[in-house]
Amino acid sequence: MLCQKCHKRVANIQFTQVINNNKIVIYLCDQCAKDEGKFSIGSPLSINDFFSGIMGVPYMASVHQQSDLVCNTCNTSYEEFKKTGKIGCADCYKVYGEKLLPLLKRLHGNVQYNGKIPEKIYSQVKVSREISKLKEQLELCIKNEQYEKAATIRDQIKNMEIKKHD
Amino acid sequence: MKGWYLEKGPESDVVISSRIRLARNFKDVPFPFKMKREDGKKILMGAKKAILKEGKENSDFEFIDLQQLNPIKKQILVEKHLISPNLAESQFESGLIVSSDEKVSVMINEEDHLRIQCIFPGMQLNSALEICSNIDGVFEESIDFAFDENYGYLTCCPTNIGTGMRASAMLHLPALTMTGYIKNILEACGKLGITVRGLYGENTEALGNMFQISNQVTLGQTEEEILTNINNIAKQVIDQERILRNELHKQNPFRFEDRIYRSLGLLSNSRIMSSEESFRLLSDVRLGVDMGIISNIDIKNLNEILISIQPASLQETFGRPLEPDERDIKRAELIRNRLTGSNS
Ligand SMILES: [Zn+2]
Ligand SMILES: [Zn+2]
Repeated sequence: MLCQKCHKRVANIQFTQVINNNKIVIYLCDQCAKDEGKFSIGSPLSINDFFSGIMGVPYMASVHQQSDLVCNTCNTSYEEFKKTGKIGCADCYKVYGEKLLPLLKRLHGNVQYNGKIPEKIYSQVKVSREISKLKEQLELCIKNEQYEKAATIRDQIKNMEIKKHD
Repeated sequence: MKGWYLEKGPESDVVISSRIRLARNFKDVPFPFKMKREDGKKILMGAKKAILKEGKENSDFEFIDLQQLNPIKKQILVEKHLISPNLAESQFESGLIVSSDEKVSVMINEEDHLRIQCIFPGMQLNSALEICSNIDGVFEESIDFAFDENYGYLTCCPTNIGTGMRASAMLHLPALTMTGYIKNILEACGKLGITVRGLYGENTEALGNMFQISNQVTLGQTEEEILTNINNIAKQVIDQERILRNELHKQNPFRFEDRIYRSLGLLSNSRIMSSEESFRLLSDVRLGVDMGIISNIDIKNLNEILISIQPASLQETFGRPLEPDERDIKRAELIRNRLTGSNS
C-alpha cells in the first residue's frame, strides 16, 4: 500500500483516529509520518507513543527496533504467531499489542468489544465503557470550543475513575 | 439413540439444525497447544468441578475422558458433531462434558480450553444461545476466564476473539443447488460477513446439498446483533429455496416426483450403498418429505439415518469393525430397514 499523503513511498505506519465512535485508519510512510509530527487525537496512547512524546524523538523509530516480541508467560514470539496464526496465551495479546490491530480490523471490521461481560467484573467494565464514552464527548467539546461543558465532563470522568478503583 | 435429530424444529423443511459455540479460556493458563500436561489436567479438573456439582440441576451432565475412549467411540462423537475431528485425534489431556439429551456439550482442551456448544433441530439459534449462556454462567461461578475490556473473551485464534461465538445453521438447499443459484448465495453471503460451506464436502461441493452458514465476525458486534444478522440472511435463503422448490415442481411435476420416487426406490431396495450415493439420494427423499410428496416418512427418521450411516456409527450398530466394502452392504441394509419401518 502506498502512503496516503505523498502517494509515492510505501506506507508502513498506521494512524488510528477515533471520531464520533468511528475509527479512521490512515496509512503513511516514515517520512510523511515524521512531517505530520503529531498523534491522532483520541487514539489510546501506547507506551511507544508516550515515551516518544516525552523525549521528542520520532516515536515510530522505537517500533521498528523491536522486531520480534516474545511473550514471557508462554514463550510465543510474534514471528511464531505470524507463522501459525495461533496465539499462545492471554498475555500474548498484551505483548503484541497494536501489532495485532490491522489483522483484527481485517477480520472483524470493528475492533471494540461490545458483547457479553462476565458477571464478576460486570460493574467494573461497565464503568470503563462509560468513561471511554465520556472521553469521546470531552474531545468533541474541546474541538467545538465548549469549554464549560468540557470541564463538567472532565469532573465526571474523574469521579468515575475513583469509583472504578474502589 | 438420543440427540437433537429426534425432534422436529421450526423451519425444518429447510433447516436441519442450529448450533451455537462459545470459546472460553481460563485466565493465567496458556492455551492448549502451549500448555504443559499439568495445566491440561488442571483445566479438565476445573471444568468438571464447575459443571458436575453434586445434587445440582446440572447432574444431568456426564464427563467423558477422551483419552480412555476407544477410537470408534470417539469417531461416533465426531459423527454426531459432539466433538471435532481435531479433538478426537488429540494425544493430549482432553475431555467432553455432555448433557443426557446430547444437545449440550463442552469440549475440553480443543483449540481453546472450553468450547461450549448447543445443537437444536431446525432454526433455533436464539434458544441455543440462551442455553450456552447459562452454561457459560455456571462455569463463571468457579472459573475466571481470560477477558479483556477492549477485546472481550481472548481466544487462541484471533478469528474467534470477542464474543468467542460461532453461530451456525445447517441448511438443506437442493433447489438452489439444482438451479445453480447457490453460487449467487455464496457470493452474497461472503459480502455480508457470513460464511457458507458444504457440510461434508470441501468448499462448495456439498454432499447431500447440505450447507452450513455461520458468522465470520466475532468482535465489535453484540451476540444479539450477530444472531439477528445470521437469522435475517438465513430467512432470505430459506425463502429463496422454498420459492425455487415450488417453481421446479410446477414446471414439470412428473419429472420432479419421478426423481424423488426413484431415489426412494433405490434407497429402499439397494444391496450396496456408498455414503456418497446415500447422501445424494437421501437429499431427494428429504425434499419429497418436505414438500408433502412423500407422506409416510418422518423427517426425524431421515435425520437419524444421516447420522447412523456414517462409518463409526455403522460399526457400532452392527457391533463389530467393518471393512469399507462391507460397510456399503451394511449401510444399504440399515437404510432399507429404517425406511420400510421393519425393526432396528
Ligand atoms: Zn508519504
Ligand atoms: Zn503468551
